[in-house]
Amino acid sequence: MTNEFLLAGFGGQGILFAGKLLAYVGLYAGKEVSWLPSYGPEMRGGTCNCSVTVSDAPIGSPLILEPTQLLVMNTPSFDKFIGAVKPDGMAFIDSTLVEGQSDRKDIKCFYVPATAMANENGLKGMANIILAGKLLKEIGLTDEAVIEKAMKKCIPPKKADKLEANMKALKLGMDFNG
Amino acid sequence: MAEKSLMKGNEALAEAALRAGCKCFFGYPITPQTEIAAYLSKRMPKVGGVFLQAESEVAAINMVYGCAGSGIRCMTSSSSPGISLKSEGISYIAGADLPCVIIDVMRGGPGLGGIQPSQADYYQITKGVGHGDYNIIVLAPSTVQEMADCVTKAFDLADKYRMPAVVLADGLLGQMMEPVAFDDAEIVMSDASNKPWAANGHKNARKHNIINSLYLQAPELERTIKERYERYAEIEKNEPVGVADYCDDADIVVVAYGSTARLAKSAVDEARKQGIKAGVFRPVTLYPFPKNELNAAVKNAKKVLVVEMSMGQMVDDVKLAINCSKPVDFFGRTGGVIPAPAEILAKIKEMGGNN
Repeated sequence: MTNEFLLAGFGGQGILFAGKLLAYVGLYAGKEVSWLPSYGPEMRGGTCNCSVTVSDAPIGSPLILEPTQLLVMNTPSFDKFIGAVKPDGMAFIDSTLVEGQSDRKDIKCFYVPATAMANENGLKGMANIILAGKLLKEIGLTDEAVIEKAMKKCIPPKKADKLEANMKALKLGMDFNG
Repeated sequence: MAEKSLMKGNEALAEAALRAGCKCFFGYPITPQTEIAAYLSKRMPKVGGVFLQAESEVAAINMVYGCAGSGIRCMTSSSSPGISLKSEGISYIAGADLPCVIIDVMRGGPGLGGIQPSQADYYQITKGVGHGDYNIIVLAPSTVQEMADCVTKAFDLADKYRMPAVVLADGLLGQMMEPVAFDDAEIVMSDASNKPWAANGHKNARKHNIINSLYLQAPELERTIKERYERYAEIEKNEPVGVADYCDDADIVVVAYGSTARLAKSAVDEARKQGIKAGVFRPVTLYPFPKNELNAAVKNAKKVLVVEMSMGQMVDDVKLAINCSKPVDFFGRTGGVIPAPAEILAKIKEMGGNN
Protein backbone atom coordinates (compact mmCIF):
# COMPACT_ATOMS: atom_id res chain seq x y z
CA MET A 1 0.00 0.00 0.00
CA THR A 2 1.39 3.39 -1.00
CA ASN A 3 -0.16 6.79 -0.33
CA GLU A 4 1.21 9.64 -2.40
CA PHE A 5 0.11 12.99 -1.01
CA LEU A 6 0.55 16.22 -2.93
CA LEU A 7 -0.12 19.36 -0.89
CA ALA A 8 -0.27 22.73 -2.61
CA GLY A 9 -1.16 26.33 -1.88
CA PHE A 10 0.43 29.71 -1.23
CA GLY A 11 3.63 30.14 0.77
CA GLY A 12 2.65 30.89 4.38
CA GLN A 13 -0.44 28.65 4.51
CA GLY A 14 1.45 25.88 6.25
CA ILE A 15 1.63 23.52 3.29
CA LEU A 16 5.08 22.24 4.29
CA PHE A 17 4.04 21.89 7.92
CA ALA A 18 0.92 19.89 7.01
CA GLY A 19 3.14 17.70 4.84
CA LYS A 20 5.55 17.15 7.73
CA LEU A 21 2.63 16.15 9.96
CA LEU A 22 1.45 13.56 7.41
CA ALA A 23 5.01 12.22 7.11
CA TYR A 24 5.35 11.84 10.90
CA VAL A 25 1.96 10.12 11.08
CA GLY A 26 3.29 7.66 8.50
CA LEU A 27 6.58 7.21 10.37
CA TYR A 28 4.83 6.51 13.70
CA ALA A 29 2.42 4.15 11.94
CA GLY A 30 5.48 2.08 11.04
CA LYS A 31 5.66 2.99 7.35
CA GLU A 32 8.43 4.16 5.05
CA VAL A 33 8.09 7.91 4.45
CA SER A 34 9.58 10.73 2.41
CA TRP A 35 8.85 14.48 2.25
CA LEU A 36 9.99 16.72 -0.57
CA PRO A 37 9.25 20.46 -0.81
CA SER A 38 9.22 22.54 -3.93
CA TYR A 39 12.14 24.89 -3.41
CA GLY A 40 13.24 28.00 -5.17
CA PRO A 41 12.06 31.49 -6.02
CA GLU A 42 8.42 30.38 -6.31
CA MET A 43 8.33 29.97 -2.52
CA ARG A 44 8.57 33.69 -1.83
CA GLY A 45 4.89 34.63 -1.67
CA GLY A 46 4.05 32.50 -4.67
CA THR A 47 2.75 28.97 -4.91
CA CYS A 48 4.26 26.25 -2.78
CA ASN A 49 3.87 22.50 -2.87
CA CYS A 50 5.12 19.44 -1.12
CA SER A 51 5.22 15.71 -1.95
CA VAL A 52 4.76 13.20 0.87
CA THR A 53 4.94 9.45 0.30
CA VAL A 54 3.82 6.92 2.94
CA SER A 55 4.43 3.34 1.89
CA ASP A 56 4.90 -0.24 3.07
CA ALA A 57 7.89 -0.54 0.71
CA PRO A 58 11.12 1.51 0.46
CA ILE A 59 10.47 4.70 -1.52
CA GLY A 60 12.11 5.28 -4.89
CA SER A 61 11.11 8.66 -6.23
CA PRO A 62 10.10 11.17 -3.55
CA LEU A 63 8.71 13.45 -6.26
CA ILE A 64 4.98 12.99 -6.82
CA LEU A 65 3.52 13.88 -10.20
CA GLU A 66 0.26 11.90 -9.87
CA PRO A 67 -0.96 11.92 -6.26
CA THR A 68 -3.39 9.42 -4.74
CA GLN A 69 -4.50 12.25 -2.42
CA LEU A 70 -4.36 15.95 -3.24
CA LEU A 71 -4.71 18.70 -0.61
CA VAL A 72 -5.16 22.16 -2.15
CA MET A 73 -5.52 25.59 -0.63
CA ASN A 74 -5.69 27.99 -3.57
CA THR A 75 -7.25 28.21 -7.02
CA PRO A 76 -4.03 28.16 -9.09
CA SER A 77 -2.93 24.92 -7.40
CA PHE A 78 -6.42 23.41 -7.77
CA ASP A 79 -6.41 24.20 -11.50
CA LYS A 80 -2.86 22.89 -11.89
CA PHE A 81 -3.13 19.60 -10.00
CA ILE A 82 -6.75 18.38 -9.95
CA GLY A 83 -6.29 16.70 -13.33
CA ALA A 84 -3.18 14.86 -12.09
CA VAL A 85 -4.92 12.96 -9.26
CA LYS A 86 -4.82 9.19 -9.89
CA PRO A 87 -8.15 7.55 -10.78
CA ASP A 88 -9.91 6.41 -7.56
CA GLY A 89 -7.90 9.06 -5.72
CA MET A 90 -9.14 11.82 -3.43
CA ALA A 91 -8.94 15.61 -3.36
CA PHE A 92 -9.25 17.73 -0.21
CA ILE A 93 -10.13 21.26 -1.22
CA ASP A 94 -10.30 24.42 0.93
CA SER A 95 -13.61 25.62 -0.50
CA THR A 96 -13.29 29.02 1.23
CA LEU A 97 -10.31 29.81 -0.99
CA VAL A 98 -10.75 27.66 -4.09
CA GLU A 99 -13.22 28.84 -6.69
CA GLY A 100 -15.09 26.23 -8.70
CA GLN A 101 -15.47 22.48 -8.47
CA SER A 102 -14.03 19.53 -10.32
CA ASP A 103 -16.13 17.67 -12.89
CA ARG A 104 -14.04 14.51 -12.50
CA LYS A 105 -16.20 11.48 -11.70
CA ASP A 106 -13.32 9.06 -11.13
CA ILE A 107 -12.04 10.72 -7.96
CA LYS A 108 -13.64 11.67 -4.64
CA CYS A 109 -13.62 15.41 -3.91
CA PHE A 110 -14.08 16.76 -0.39
CA TYR A 111 -14.94 20.45 -0.27
CA VAL A 112 -14.02 21.62 3.22
CA PRO A 113 -14.50 25.33 4.06
CA ALA A 114 -11.34 25.03 6.14
CA THR A 115 -10.33 28.70 6.24
CA ALA A 116 -13.84 29.76 7.31
CA MET A 117 -13.97 26.97 9.91
CA ALA A 118 -10.58 28.04 11.28
CA ASN A 119 -11.65 31.68 11.56
CA GLU A 120 -14.98 30.79 13.23
CA ASN A 121 -13.28 28.62 15.82
CA GLY A 122 -10.47 30.98 16.79
CA LEU A 123 -7.96 28.86 14.87
CA LYS A 124 -6.75 31.44 12.37
CA GLY A 125 -3.99 30.05 10.17
CA MET A 126 -4.82 26.42 10.92
CA ALA A 127 -6.93 25.63 7.85
CA ASN A 128 -4.04 23.42 6.72
CA ILE A 129 -4.44 21.24 9.82
CA ILE A 130 -8.24 21.06 9.40
CA LEU A 131 -7.73 19.74 5.86
CA ALA A 132 -5.01 17.32 7.03
CA GLY A 133 -7.42 16.04 9.71
CA LYS A 134 -10.09 15.37 7.10
CA LEU A 135 -7.55 13.61 4.87
CA LEU A 136 -6.28 11.42 7.71
CA LYS A 137 -9.85 10.49 8.66
CA GLU A 138 -10.76 9.52 5.09
CA ILE A 139 -7.69 7.41 4.36
CA GLY A 140 -7.87 5.64 7.72
CA LEU A 141 -4.11 5.13 7.81
CA THR A 142 -3.85 4.87 11.58
CA ASP A 143 -5.53 5.68 14.89
CA GLU A 144 -5.85 8.99 16.73
CA ALA A 145 -3.17 8.19 19.30
CA VAL A 146 -0.55 7.91 16.55
CA ILE A 147 -1.78 11.13 14.94
CA GLU A 148 -1.57 12.96 18.27
CA LYS A 149 1.98 11.66 18.82
CA ALA A 150 2.93 12.95 15.35
CA MET A 151 1.42 16.38 16.06
CA LYS A 152 3.35 16.62 19.34
CA LYS A 153 6.58 15.84 17.47
CA CYS A 154 5.90 18.46 14.77
CA ILE A 155 5.34 21.35 17.17
CA PRO A 156 8.71 22.68 18.34
CA PRO A 157 9.17 23.13 22.10
CA LYS A 158 9.21 26.93 21.69
CA LYS A 159 5.66 26.80 20.30
CA ALA A 160 4.29 24.21 22.74
CA ASP A 161 1.39 26.58 23.55
CA LYS A 162 0.08 26.00 20.01
CA LEU A 163 -0.37 22.24 20.51
CA GLU A 164 -3.88 22.45 21.94
CA ALA A 165 -5.16 24.67 19.11
CA ASN A 166 -3.59 22.41 16.49
CA MET A 167 -5.18 19.33 18.05
CA LYS A 168 -8.52 21.15 18.04
CA ALA A 169 -8.09 21.97 14.34
CA LEU A 170 -7.18 18.37 13.59
CA LYS A 171 -10.33 17.06 15.35
CA LEU A 172 -12.47 19.69 13.60
CA GLY A 173 -11.25 18.34 10.27
CA MET A 174 -11.71 14.73 11.29
CA ASP A 175 -15.27 15.33 12.43
CA PHE A 176 -16.27 17.35 9.35
CA ASN A 177 -18.96 15.66 7.30
CA GLY A 178 -19.19 16.65 3.68
CA MET B 1 20.34 3.79 17.92
CA ALA B 2 18.02 6.52 19.09
CA GLU B 3 14.47 6.93 17.80
CA LYS B 4 14.20 7.87 14.14
CA SER B 5 13.17 11.41 13.29
CA LEU B 6 12.59 13.22 10.02
CA MET B 7 15.41 15.43 8.80
CA LYS B 8 16.35 17.05 5.53
CA GLY B 9 19.35 15.42 3.88
CA ASN B 10 21.36 18.61 4.36
CA GLU B 11 20.56 18.70 8.10
CA ALA B 12 21.29 15.00 8.62
CA LEU B 13 24.65 15.43 6.91
CA ALA B 14 25.47 18.46 9.07
CA GLU B 15 24.57 16.65 12.30
CA ALA B 16 26.63 13.63 11.25
CA ALA B 17 29.63 15.87 10.53
CA LEU B 18 29.52 17.19 14.11
CA ARG B 19 29.29 13.67 15.44
CA ALA B 20 32.32 12.73 13.35
CA GLY B 21 34.27 15.36 15.30
CA CYS B 22 34.25 18.06 12.63
CA LYS B 23 35.35 21.01 14.74
CA CYS B 24 35.40 23.72 12.09
CA PHE B 25 33.02 24.54 9.26
CA PHE B 26 33.73 27.24 6.70
CA GLY B 27 31.03 27.98 4.14
CA TYR B 28 29.16 30.40 1.99
CA PRO B 29 25.43 30.18 1.23
CA ILE B 30 24.11 28.78 -2.04
CA THR B 31 20.90 26.90 -2.86
CA PRO B 32 20.29 23.94 -2.51
CA GLN B 33 22.85 23.32 0.28
CA THR B 34 22.31 26.31 2.56
CA GLU B 35 20.64 24.22 5.29
CA ILE B 36 24.05 22.66 6.02
CA ALA B 37 25.49 26.04 6.96
CA ALA B 38 22.29 27.18 8.69
CA TYR B 39 22.16 24.02 10.81
CA LEU B 40 25.83 24.20 11.79
CA SER B 41 25.59 27.90 12.63
CA LYS B 42 23.13 26.90 15.38
CA ARG B 43 24.78 23.66 16.53
CA MET B 44 28.53 24.38 16.32
CA PRO B 45 28.72 26.94 19.15
CA LYS B 46 26.86 24.54 21.47
CA VAL B 47 29.40 21.73 21.05
CA GLY B 48 32.58 23.78 21.16
CA GLY B 49 33.08 23.99 17.41
CA VAL B 50 33.62 26.86 14.99
CA PHE B 51 31.10 28.00 12.38
CA LEU B 52 32.37 30.66 10.04
CA GLN B 53 30.58 32.18 7.07
CA ALA B 54 33.44 33.27 4.84
CA GLU B 55 33.39 36.21 2.44
CA SER B 56 33.41 33.84 -0.54
CA GLU B 57 33.75 30.20 -1.56
CA VAL B 58 37.43 30.83 -2.36
CA ALA B 59 38.04 32.13 1.16
CA ALA B 60 36.15 29.20 2.69
CA ILE B 61 38.21 26.51 0.95
CA ASN B 62 41.46 28.27 1.89
CA MET B 63 40.31 28.39 5.52
CA VAL B 64 39.78 24.64 5.21
CA TYR B 65 43.34 24.35 3.85
CA GLY B 66 44.73 26.12 6.89
CA CYS B 67 42.55 24.32 9.39
CA ALA B 68 43.29 20.90 7.87
CA GLY B 69 47.00 21.71 8.16
CA SER B 70 46.59 22.07 11.92
CA GLY B 71 45.28 18.49 12.08
CA ILE B 72 41.70 19.33 12.99
CA ARG B 73 38.73 17.77 11.19
CA CYS B 74 37.09 20.45 9.06
CA MET B 75 34.57 20.76 6.26
CA THR B 76 33.14 23.11 3.66
CA SER B 77 30.02 22.72 1.58
CA SER B 78 28.63 24.30 -1.55
CA SER B 79 26.68 23.64 -4.70
CA SER B 80 27.97 23.37 -8.25
CA PRO B 81 28.97 26.99 -9.15
CA GLY B 82 30.49 27.38 -5.69
CA ILE B 83 32.49 24.17 -6.08
CA SER B 84 34.03 25.56 -9.29
CA LEU B 85 35.25 28.51 -7.24
CA LYS B 86 36.83 26.14 -4.72
CA SER B 87 38.71 24.16 -7.36
CA GLU B 88 42.07 25.89 -6.90
CA GLY B 89 41.99 25.34 -3.14
CA ILE B 90 41.06 21.67 -3.52
CA SER B 91 44.07 21.13 -5.78
CA TYR B 92 46.36 22.81 -3.22
CA ILE B 93 44.96 20.68 -0.38
CA ALA B 94 45.50 17.51 -2.42
CA GLY B 95 49.02 18.67 -3.28
CA ALA B 96 49.74 19.27 0.41
CA ASP B 97 48.37 15.83 1.42
CA LEU B 98 45.80 17.18 3.86
CA PRO B 99 42.56 15.51 4.93
CA CYS B 100 39.30 17.46 4.72
CA VAL B 101 35.69 16.93 3.69
CA ILE B 102 33.93 18.85 0.92
CA ILE B 103 30.19 18.61 0.22
CA ASP B 104 28.72 19.24 -3.23
CA VAL B 105 24.91 19.34 -3.32
CA MET B 106 24.64 19.51 -7.10
CA ARG B 107 22.32 21.81 -9.05
CA GLY B 108 21.88 22.31 -12.77
CA GLY B 109 24.69 23.96 -14.77
CA PRO B 110 26.67 25.23 -16.62
CA GLY B 111 27.11 28.76 -15.34
CA LEU B 112 24.66 29.77 -12.66
CA GLY B 113 22.37 27.21 -14.29
CA GLY B 114 19.41 26.54 -12.04
CA ILE B 115 18.73 25.44 -8.49
CA GLN B 116 16.98 22.13 -9.15
CA PRO B 117 18.68 18.73 -8.68
CA SER B 118 21.35 17.60 -11.14
CA GLN B 119 24.29 15.19 -11.45
CA ALA B 120 26.18 17.18 -14.06
CA ASP B 121 29.26 17.69 -11.82
CA TYR B 122 30.29 14.03 -12.14
CA TYR B 123 33.23 14.65 -14.46
CA GLN B 124 34.41 17.63 -12.42
CA ILE B 125 34.23 15.96 -9.00
CA THR B 126 35.44 12.46 -9.87
CA LYS B 127 38.36 13.82 -11.86
CA GLY B 128 39.71 15.81 -8.91
CA VAL B 129 37.96 19.21 -9.48
CA GLY B 130 41.16 21.27 -9.83
CA HIS B 131 44.38 21.18 -11.85
CA GLY B 132 47.16 18.62 -11.56
CA ASP B 133 47.80 14.89 -11.28
CA TYR B 134 45.68 13.75 -8.32
CA ASN B 135 42.51 12.04 -7.13
CA ILE B 136 40.05 12.74 -4.36
CA ILE B 137 37.73 10.27 -2.66
CA VAL B 138 34.09 10.64 -3.80
CA LEU B 139 31.11 9.09 -1.99
CA ALA B 140 27.57 9.19 -3.38
CA PRO B 141 24.69 8.75 -0.89
CA SER B 142 21.20 7.88 -2.11
CA THR B 143 19.08 8.29 1.04
CA VAL B 144 18.96 10.80 3.88
CA GLN B 145 20.39 8.19 6.26
CA GLU B 146 23.26 7.71 3.83
CA MET B 147 23.86 11.47 3.70
CA ALA B 148 24.71 11.07 7.39
CA ASP B 149 26.63 7.80 7.06
CA CYS B 150 28.70 8.97 4.08
CA VAL B 151 29.99 12.09 5.80
CA THR B 152 31.25 9.99 8.71
CA LYS B 153 32.99 7.65 6.30
CA ALA B 154 34.37 10.61 4.32
CA PHE B 155 36.13 11.96 7.44
CA ASP B 156 37.58 8.53 8.25
CA LEU B 157 38.86 7.92 4.70
CA ALA B 158 40.23 11.46 4.40
CA ASP B 159 42.26 10.95 7.60
CA LYS B 160 43.33 7.43 6.68
CA TYR B 161 44.73 8.46 3.29
CA ARG B 162 45.53 12.14 4.03
CA MET B 163 43.49 13.56 1.17
CA PRO B 164 40.26 15.44 0.47
CA ALA B 165 37.04 13.42 0.40
CA VAL B 166 33.85 14.65 -1.25
CA VAL B 167 30.25 13.72 -0.49
CA LEU B 168 28.51 14.16 -3.83
CA ALA B 169 24.77 14.71 -3.35
CA ASP B 170 22.16 16.70 -5.23
CA GLY B 171 19.26 19.05 -4.51
CA LEU B 172 16.80 16.18 -4.19
CA LEU B 173 18.76 14.49 -1.39
CA GLY B 174 19.59 17.80 0.26
CA GLN B 175 16.01 19.06 0.40
CA MET B 176 14.00 15.91 1.07
CA MET B 177 13.18 14.58 4.53
CA GLU B 178 13.38 10.92 5.45
CA PRO B 179 13.69 9.10 8.77
CA VAL B 180 17.22 9.17 10.15
CA ALA B 181 18.79 7.89 13.35
CA PHE B 182 22.09 8.64 15.07
CA ASP B 183 23.74 6.58 17.77
CA ASP B 184 23.79 7.98 21.27
CA ALA B 185 27.56 8.49 21.48
CA GLU B 186 28.79 11.73 23.00
CA ILE B 187 30.11 14.33 20.54
CA VAL B 188 33.90 14.56 20.78
CA MET B 189 35.64 17.29 18.78
CA SER B 190 38.72 16.22 16.86
CA ASP B 191 42.23 17.35 17.71
CA ALA B 192 45.68 16.83 16.16
CA SER B 193 46.58 13.72 18.18
CA ASN B 194 47.47 10.85 15.83
CA LYS B 195 48.50 13.42 13.22
CA PRO B 196 52.28 13.77 13.61
CA TRP B 197 52.43 15.79 10.37
CA ALA B 198 50.19 18.58 11.68
CA ALA B 199 51.58 22.13 11.67
CA ASN B 200 50.35 23.22 15.08
CA GLY B 201 51.96 24.84 18.11
CA HIS B 202 54.52 22.63 19.88
CA LYS B 203 56.85 25.07 21.74
CA ASN B 204 59.92 23.69 19.93
CA ALA B 205 59.29 20.21 21.34
CA ARG B 206 59.89 18.68 17.94
CA LYS B 207 61.22 19.51 14.48
CA HIS B 208 58.76 21.80 12.74
CA ASN B 209 56.44 20.41 10.07
CA ILE B 210 56.12 22.04 6.66
CA ILE B 211 52.93 21.98 4.63
CA ASN B 212 53.42 22.94 1.02
CA SER B 213 52.45 22.05 -2.53
CA LEU B 214 55.32 23.82 -4.34
CA TYR B 215 58.19 21.69 -5.71
CA LEU B 216 60.29 23.59 -8.26
CA GLN B 217 62.64 20.66 -8.97
CA ALA B 218 60.86 18.45 -11.49
CA PRO B 219 62.24 15.11 -10.23
CA GLU B 220 61.19 15.98 -6.68
CA LEU B 221 57.65 16.88 -7.79
CA GLU B 222 57.47 13.67 -9.79
CA ARG B 223 58.53 11.71 -6.71
CA THR B 224 55.79 13.25 -4.53
CA ILE B 225 53.17 12.53 -7.18
CA LYS B 226 54.31 8.95 -7.64
CA GLU B 227 54.18 8.39 -3.87
CA ARG B 228 50.65 9.74 -3.88
CA TYR B 229 49.67 7.36 -6.68
CA GLU B 230 50.94 4.42 -4.60
CA ARG B 231 48.37 5.49 -2.02
CA TYR B 232 45.70 5.74 -4.75
CA ALA B 233 46.50 2.15 -5.74
CA GLU B 234 45.82 1.09 -2.13
CA ILE B 235 42.53 3.00 -2.18
CA GLU B 236 41.50 1.42 -5.47
CA LYS B 237 42.24 -2.00 -3.99
CA ASN B 238 40.62 -1.52 -0.58
CA GLU B 239 37.81 1.00 -0.75
CA PRO B 240 35.47 0.52 -3.76
CA VAL B 241 31.82 -0.06 -2.79
CA GLY B 242 28.92 -0.94 -5.08
CA VAL B 243 25.48 -2.39 -4.37
CA ALA B 244 23.85 -4.86 -6.76
CA ASP B 245 20.13 -5.73 -6.71
CA TYR B 246 18.60 -8.54 -8.83
CA CYS B 247 21.69 -8.59 -11.06
CA ASP B 248 22.41 -12.34 -11.00
CA ASP B 249 19.85 -13.30 -13.65
CA ALA B 250 19.27 -9.86 -15.18
CA ASP B 251 19.30 -9.39 -18.97
CA ILE B 252 19.55 -5.63 -18.53
CA VAL B 253 21.52 -4.07 -15.66
CA VAL B 254 20.74 -0.43 -14.92
CA VAL B 255 23.69 1.50 -13.44
CA ALA B 256 22.91 4.68 -11.49
CA TYR B 257 24.26 6.52 -8.45
CA GLY B 258 22.91 8.89 -5.82
CA SER B 259 19.26 9.88 -5.98
CA THR B 260 18.98 8.54 -9.54
CA ALA B 261 19.76 5.05 -8.18
CA ARG B 262 16.56 5.07 -6.15
CA LEU B 263 14.55 6.13 -9.21
CA ALA B 264 16.22 3.32 -11.19
CA LYS B 265 15.42 0.86 -8.38
CA SER B 266 11.72 1.82 -8.61
CA ALA B 267 11.81 1.24 -12.38
CA VAL B 268 13.53 -2.13 -11.94
CA ASP B 269 11.04 -3.20 -9.22
CA GLU B 270 8.21 -2.45 -11.66
CA ALA B 271 10.03 -4.24 -14.50
CA ARG B 272 10.37 -7.35 -12.34
CA LYS B 273 6.63 -7.22 -11.53
CA GLN B 274 6.01 -7.25 -15.27
CA GLY B 275 8.30 -10.25 -15.72
CA ILE B 276 11.22 -8.32 -17.21
CA LYS B 277 14.64 -9.51 -16.05
CA ALA B 278 16.22 -6.21 -15.03
CA GLY B 279 18.70 -5.48 -12.26
CA VAL B 280 20.27 -2.37 -10.79
CA PHE B 281 23.86 -1.61 -9.78
CA ARG B 282 24.69 1.43 -7.66
CA PRO B 283 28.24 2.71 -7.28
CA VAL B 284 28.50 4.09 -3.73
CA THR B 285 32.11 5.17 -4.14
CA LEU B 286 32.60 7.09 -7.40
CA TYR B 287 36.33 7.36 -6.77
CA PRO B 288 37.47 4.66 -6.37
CA PHE B 289 35.01 3.42 -9.00
CA PRO B 290 33.78 -0.11 -8.10
CA LYS B 291 35.08 -1.77 -11.27
CA ASN B 292 35.27 -5.35 -10.03
CA GLU B 293 31.87 -5.13 -8.37
CA LEU B 294 30.34 -3.74 -11.58
CA ASN B 295 31.92 -6.46 -13.70
CA ALA B 296 30.50 -9.10 -11.36
CA ALA B 297 27.05 -7.47 -11.53
CA VAL B 298 26.90 -7.39 -15.35
CA LYS B 299 28.51 -10.82 -15.86
CA ASN B 300 25.28 -12.46 -17.07
CA ALA B 301 23.68 -9.34 -18.57
CA LYS B 302 23.09 -8.84 -22.28
CA LYS B 303 23.00 -5.05 -22.07
CA VAL B 304 23.80 -2.24 -19.65
CA LEU B 305 21.78 0.97 -19.21
CA VAL B 306 23.31 3.98 -17.44
CA VAL B 307 20.86 6.54 -16.00
CA GLU B 308 22.01 9.95 -14.80
CA MET B 309 20.65 13.44 -14.21
CA SER B 310 23.01 14.77 -16.90
CA MET B 311 23.68 14.29 -20.59
CA GLY B 312 25.86 11.28 -19.73
CA GLN B 313 29.10 11.41 -17.73
CA MET B 314 29.42 8.31 -15.52
CA VAL B 315 28.52 6.32 -18.63
CA ASP B 316 32.16 6.76 -19.74
CA ASP B 317 33.48 5.20 -16.51
CA VAL B 318 31.02 2.31 -16.87
CA LYS B 319 32.28 1.58 -20.41
CA LEU B 320 35.89 1.74 -19.23
CA ALA B 321 35.21 -0.44 -16.19
CA ILE B 322 33.67 -3.23 -18.25
CA ASN B 323 36.08 -2.63 -21.13
CA CYS B 324 33.07 -2.23 -23.49
CA SER B 325 32.40 -5.97 -23.10
CA LYS B 326 28.61 -5.33 -23.36
CA PRO B 327 26.54 -2.76 -25.22
CA VAL B 328 26.07 0.28 -22.95
CA ASP B 329 23.06 2.54 -23.51
CA PHE B 330 22.24 5.81 -21.75
CA PHE B 331 19.15 7.63 -20.52
CA GLY B 332 19.27 10.99 -18.78
CA ARG B 333 17.34 14.13 -17.94
CA THR B 334 19.25 17.30 -17.24
CA GLY B 335 18.99 20.96 -16.28
CA GLY B 336 17.18 20.14 -13.04
CA VAL B 337 14.56 17.76 -14.47
CA ILE B 338 14.17 14.60 -12.39
CA PRO B 339 13.64 11.45 -14.49
CA ALA B 340 10.43 9.58 -13.68
CA PRO B 341 10.73 5.84 -12.94
CA ALA B 342 8.18 5.30 -15.76
CA GLU B 343 10.57 6.91 -18.26
CA ILE B 344 13.40 4.61 -17.12
CA LEU B 345 11.10 1.59 -17.42
CA ALA B 346 10.12 2.67 -20.95
CA LYS B 347 13.83 2.82 -21.84
CA ILE B 348 14.39 -0.69 -20.41
CA LYS B 349 11.55 -1.96 -22.60
CA GLU B 350 12.86 -0.10 -25.65
CA MET B 351 16.19 -1.90 -25.15
CA GLY B 352 14.41 -5.20 -25.55
CA GLY B 353 13.77 -5.97 -21.92
CA ASN B 354 10.47 -7.63 -22.68
CA ASN B 355 9.21 -10.68 -20.90
